[in-house]
Amino acid sequence: MKKVWQLTLAMIIALALTACQTTPEVVPEPTPEPAPEPPTEVVTQAAPDPHDYTDSRNLDNPESMLSKRIIYFDFDKSTVLPEFRGIVSAHAAYAASHSSARVTLEGHADERGTREYNLGLGERRGNAVMALMSAQGAMGSQLVVVSYGEERPTCRVSDEDCWSQNRRVEIVYTAQ
Amino acid sequence: MKSTFILFTTVTDKVKKLFIFLIVLMASEAVHAQLQIEIISGNPSALPIAIVPFQWEDATPPPISPMDEIISGDLYRSGLFDPMDTADMMERPVDEESIRFGTWRLLKVDYLLIGSVRTPADGQGHELIYQLFDVHTRERLLAQITTVGPGDLRYGAHRVADAIYQTLTGVPGAFATRIAYITATGFGADLRYELVVSDADGFGPQSVVGSPEPLLSPAWSPDGKKLAYVSFEKGNSAIYLQDVATGSRELISGGKGINGAPSFSPDGRKMAMTLSRTGNPEIYIREMATGRLTQLTQHWAIDTEPVWAPDGKYIYFTSDRGGKPQIYRVAPTGGKPERVTLEGDYNARASIAPDGRRIAVAHGRGNEYRIAIWDIETERFTILTPGVLDESPSFAPNGSMVLYATREGTRGVLSAVSADGSVRQRLILSEGDVREPAWSPVIR
Repeated sequence: MKKVWQLTLAMIIALALTACQTTPEVVPEPTPEPAPEPPTEVVTQAAPDPHDYTDSRNLDNPESMLSKRIIYFDFDKSTVLPEFRGIVSAHAAYAASHSSARVTLEGHADERGTREYNLGLGERRGNAVMALMSAQGAMGSQLVVVSYGEERPTCRVSDEDCWSQNRRVEIVYTAQ
Repeated sequence: MKSTFILFTTVTDKVKKLFIFLIVLMASEAVHAQLQIEIISGNPSALPIAIVPFQWEDATPPPISPMDEIISGDLYRSGLFDPMDTADMMERPVDEESIRFGTWRLLKVDYLLIGSVRTPADGQGHELIYQLFDVHTRERLLAQITTVGPGDLRYGAHRVADAIYQTLTGVPGAFATRIAYITATGFGADLRYELVVSDADGFGPQSVVGSPEPLLSPAWSPDGKKLAYVSFEKGNSAIYLQDVATGSRELISGGKGINGAPSFSPDGRKMAMTLSRTGNPEIYIREMATGRLTQLTQHWAIDTEPVWAPDGKYIYFTSDRGGKPQIYRVAPTGGKPERVTLEGDYNARASIAPDGRRIAVAHGRGNEYRIAIWDIETERFTILTPGVLDESPSFAPNGSMVLYATREGTRGVLSAVSADGSVRQRLILSEGDVREPAWSPVIR
């Protein structure tokens, strides 16, 4: 979706540039050379600073924390681990600087234990991320927590390797 | 088309033979897959009983599955009976006069059932006439006529099995019941969840609702006519209530946060549920007639999986207010919840026995989860299952067995275990993953 945005932006800029070349006046003039193809730098300018979490281009930039969308948790815990706080801060900064941004925090749990209790656990994890983001400038109205409990696993093996992948919160932008 | 296979027999020198039957049930109107029932352990002191094929005197053609097979299957599954193979029966008496008890004693049978099916005087439905005898004393223990409507022959056979069960054990039978469960089949974009209802013997699975989004927590209304369940079809968990026969349904609760774990009161007038609209999951009670909601718990903990005691005096629920999930109970009118389970790291998702004295729970220790029964009076656990990922216990309405979800490899299957843990049976769906079983109340 973001690529379509960028392409559209490029086309609009290109069209704007060519439009500037038409002469509305009566006196014909020798037609100037058509505008050169806008060089690609016009669209992308410089590569975005990956640490600029207000730059929406970083949402897709693998060099930037903004492109990271999954926070993992320890068993039975809902505390955001230190190694993931940077990612949460990045998204908080983005949301704080884009009032139109809307984020769903999808909370998940591994398969152990009962399904309804795990709905609660997934929600607790989503709430923990939401609390951190709110503390760092995101508005409550921008954030929604939805818990899927153990119902949407990314893998189905009964071992710690898979369980650790399922204990997560996924940060999903429903609007940027 | 049906067939009964004897897989193998094992015998030790000192113990009686253990017979294990694989019963394959073919449902002519099966929606997709068959529910296969495999017995995986047995009871060496099961009562030997002979169910003689019923005499067919009815105006309609006889059914594909004979009455005696349905009755024998029920009794066998209970773990308490060892029905005789009809192929070994040398005689097939139809009335008391033609029974030669000596012959049956030689066949080492303790109990004998004879019967017939005929059309009632008004021409509607079927009459099942049957008698149960003690082979040793020659005493007639039961003589009954059960009338059923047209097309309800299987139900009639289950009622006969119930009568035999009650006569010989003193406990009401639970064979004329249904089970609900969730199936998950396919992968990725083809993933499909269904809420299915079948007879308790697995016959005739019918899809109640299907969805590409998760379904969970089916709960029967006390009259056995409706199912409440949780669905993610709107994007968030929401509770629906659906009429099983007509398919019509209403949205009970779909607000922000979790809407989960529906559970009917014994009189059907109220529903307990879990809602996290205040910021964390709490138990609420909804008055069904008015929609009025009352909040029952108020605590930062996860409070969920409410279930009513059969006398309506308590609601049992799961709470991690003490650190990890344990079972608590509170009066529906409110008050301070008291802790119920006093042992074990993790106890959740209680199912209450009909006598109100025992609860079955998912009982966790380390990474292993088993079904255990907590006796409320003696305050002790009995572990029922070997685990290691067992959950969702559901008591039979006569308290004799517990249906639950377990795993074999990556596949979810349903199993049933007798309340004392001596007999365990696996029910396997032939494709996909089965979970979240709920045993219906006794119908009619």
